[in-house]
Amino acid sequence: VEETMTIERRGFLKGAAATGAATFGLAASALAQAAPFKIGLLTVKTGPLAQGGIQMEQGLLTFLKEKRNTLSGQKVELIVADTGGNPAGAKTKTQELIERDKVNVILGPLAAFEMLAIADYVEQNKTPLVAVAAAEDVTQRKTNPYIIRPTCTSGQCMHAVADFALNELKFKRAATISEDFAFGHEQMGAFQRVFEEGGGKVVKKLWPPLVTPDYTPFIAQIGNVDCVASGFAGSNPVKFLRAYADLGLKAKTPLLGGWTFLDDALLKSLGDEAVGVYSASTYSAAFGSESNKRFVAAMAKDYSLLPGGYAAGMYIGGQCVEAALAIAGDMATDGTAFANALRKIKLEDTPRGAFTIDSRGNAVGSVFIRRCEKSGSGLANTVVKTYENVSQFWTYPAEEFLKNPVYSRDWPAAKNLE
Amino acid sequence: MPSSAAPPSLASRAVGSRRPRKMSMWGTLAVNSFALGGLLFLLSVGFSLIFGLMRIPNLMHGSNFLLGAYIGSSLVLKNYGFWWAALAAAAAVAVIGGIIERGLLRRLQGRELSQVLLTLGLSFVAADFCLMIWTGDPMQPPAPPALRGAILAQGVAIPYFRLAVLAVAVVCAALLWLLVERTMLGAMIRAGVDDAPIARAVGIPVSKLFTFVFCLGAALAGFAGAVGAPILSVYPGLDSEMLPLALIVVVMGGAGSLTGALIGSFIIGFLQNFGQVMLPDLAYVILFVPMVLVLVLRPQGLFGKVVP
Repeated sequence: VEETMTIERRGFLKGAAATGAATFGLAASALAQAAPFKIGLLTVKTGPLAQGGIQMEQGLLTFLKEKRNTLSGQKVELIVADTGGNPAGAKTKTQELIERDKVNVILGPLAAFEMLAIADYVEQNKTPLVAVAAAEDVTQRKTNPYIIRPTCTSGQCMHAVADFALNELKFKRAATISEDFAFGHEQMGAFQRVFEEGGGKVVKKLWPPLVTPDYTPFIAQIGNVDCVASGFAGSNPVKFLRAYADLGLKAKTPLLGGWTFLDDALLKSLGDEAVGVYSASTYSAAFGSESNKRFVAAMAKDYSLLPGGYAAGMYIGGQCVEAALAIAGDMATDGTAFANALRKIKLEDTPRGAFTIDSRGNAVGSVFIRRCEKSGSGLANTVVKTYENVSQFWTYPAEEFLKNPVYSRDWPAAKNLE
Repeated sequence: MPSSAAPPSLASRAVGSRRPRKMSMWGTLAVNSFALGGLLFLLSVGFSLIFGLMRIPNLMHGSNFLLGAYIGSSLVLKNYGFWWAALAAAAAVAVIGGIIERGLLRRLQGRELSQVLLTLGLSFVAADFCLMIWTGDPMQPPAPPALRGAILAQGVAIPYFRLAVLAVAVVCAALLWLLVERTMLGAMIRAGVDDAPIARAVGIPVSKLFTFVFCLGAALAGFAGAVGAPILSVYPGLDSEMLPLALIVVVMGGAGSLTGALIGSFIIGFLQNFGQVMLPDLAYVILFVPMVLVLVLRPQGLFGKVVP
C-alpha cells in the first residue's frame, strides 16, 4: 500500500512541480504549503534485526496516527525504507530517501554500524537525522551538526546501572559479558569506568561473538563475583538468560544490564529466568507521563504489544520533529535550519519524560533502573530508582570526558582481571 | 519516582563464599560439549545424507531447522507435549521438503549450480515467511516439565534437558545406523551414494530414494530445530547461524557418512566449548581452522569415501 501511495504521490509532485515552474515560481510559497513535510524512516524489516526495526515503524506510525499526520500545523508524509540491517543497505536506502524521495528529515537507523555508514553522507547532503543507534562518537568526538539522538549513547544507561550496583546493591566484584562489537564494548567500558572509580572491581570481561549458538562456555567462566553486568542486544538476551538459569547461576549471582538487555518488548519472550534482573533504560513502559499512557494504550490496541525502547524511541523521534517544526517555521524545509531547530527542542511530555538536547546533539534526561518481576501471568519491569538529568557524560565534565578515548575493548584498561 | 533500597538478601550476598570453580567449569564444558554435539548431529546428519546421495548442498537446511524450531515452539506454547510437538514439526518440515524436491529440485536434476541457487533463494523466502508468520520476536519454549532444572554433582551443574538432547541424538544415530546398514532401503541408499548411475542401472528406484532422503533430511533438521529451541531460542537469523555449523560438520566428517556426521558433530561441540574458553582470541576461527586442515589433508572428510 505504501509503495503505491509513494508512486502516486510522486506523480502528483512532478505535476505540481511542473506547474510551479510554469508559473515562474509565483506559486512557490503556496506549493510549500501544499507539499507535505517528508519524513524518511530508515528501519529494518527483514533479517535478524527485524524485531527492533518493526517496532520502530510501529512506534512512529502510532505517533503519526495520534497526530493525524499533521505536526505543528504541517502535513507530514512518511516514507519507510528497509535497510535489511546492514551498512551497505543503509547507505543505499539513505541515498534513495535523500536523492529520489527528497525527504526533509530521516529517523533511524537502528544499528550503530548502519549509523556510522551514513553519518558523513547525511552531513554532506545537509539532511537532518534523528538517531536511535547508540554509537558514542556520533554525539561526542565526531559530532555531526545534522544528527541528534533523543535516546541515549551506549554508555549512558550503563553509567547509571554501575552506580546503582555499587551504591544501592553494595556489590564490589563484577564480571562483564557482552557481544564482541562496538555497542557491547562501549556499554561495558562505561560500566567498568563508573564501577571501578567508585571502588568496585571488574574481575572478568567476557566477549562472546555476536553470533554464538550457546553461551554456556562463557557463563562457565564467570567465577566468583557479586554480580554480572551485561549488554546483550536483539534476541541474544533470551538465549543468554535461559543458559544462565540452566547453569544455576541465576540464584547465585544477580544480573544487571543496559536497556536492550531486558527491553520491555522482550518480556513476552521470557519466563522465570528473567525475574530479578536489573536493567537501566531511558524508557519504561510503566512510566506515568500522559503521552506514555496514550502511547502504551495505542500500541496495545493496534499491535497488542507492550512497547519497548525501539518503538518509544521513534514515537519520541516524531515528537522531536514536531517540536523542531514549530521552532523552524517556514524555514523547516531548509536542512541546516531544521537541524539547528532540532538542537533547540525542549520536550516536557514524552514517553520517557522531559528531556533536552545537549550541544553535541544527545539527550539529557532520566535513566530508570528497573527490576524484572512477575506480574499476573507475565513479567514486568518495575522502576526501582530514577536518575534524573543524566547526560552522556554522566557526572564528568564534558571536556574532560572527551579527552579520553571512546569506550572500547581496551579502554578503560582492565586492571583487576583475575 | 521514589527510589527504594535493594532487597536485603541481595545486599548481603556481596560477601560470597569462594570455592574452587575450575573443576566445575571443565566439567560443565565437557557435558555441554556432548549435548551441543548431539544437537549438531541431528542438524547435520540430514545435510550429510542429502549431499552424499543427491550431491545437492541443500542451503535450505538451516531454514528447515528454523521452520522446525518455530513450528515446534508454537505447539509447545499452545500446551502440546514437547516431544509430540517436535515430531509434528519434523513431519511438517518433511512435507515441505517433499514438495520442494518433487516440485522444484526435480526439474533441475543434474544442474548443480541451479539447485544450489534454488535452495539459497528458498532459504531467503523461508526466512521472510517466518518473519511474516511469527514476527521478529524471539521465542523460547520451556523444556518439558520433567526435564527442567539441573543435577548438581561436584559443583558441576548439568541441566537435565541437555542430557536428554544428547540421549535423543544417540537414539536417532542408532536408528539411522540400523536403517542405513541393516535394511534393504539402507542398502539402496548406500548404493546410491556410492554410484547413482550404476544403482539406477541395476533397478534401484533412485528417484524415489532421492525424495525419501530429502524428506528424511528435512525432517531431521526440523526435529533438531524443535528439540534445540529451548536451548538456542528461536529468532530470525537462526537459520543462517546453524547452516555453517552443518557445513563444517559435513566437511569434516565426510558427506554421506553417518559416522562422519556423528564424530564431526562431537568434535565441533568440543571445539565450540573448550576452544572459546582456552583460546578466546580465536573464538571466530576456532571452528574453521580444523575444517581447513581436513580440507587440505583429507579432502573427502575424516570418514568420507573418495568419489570416483
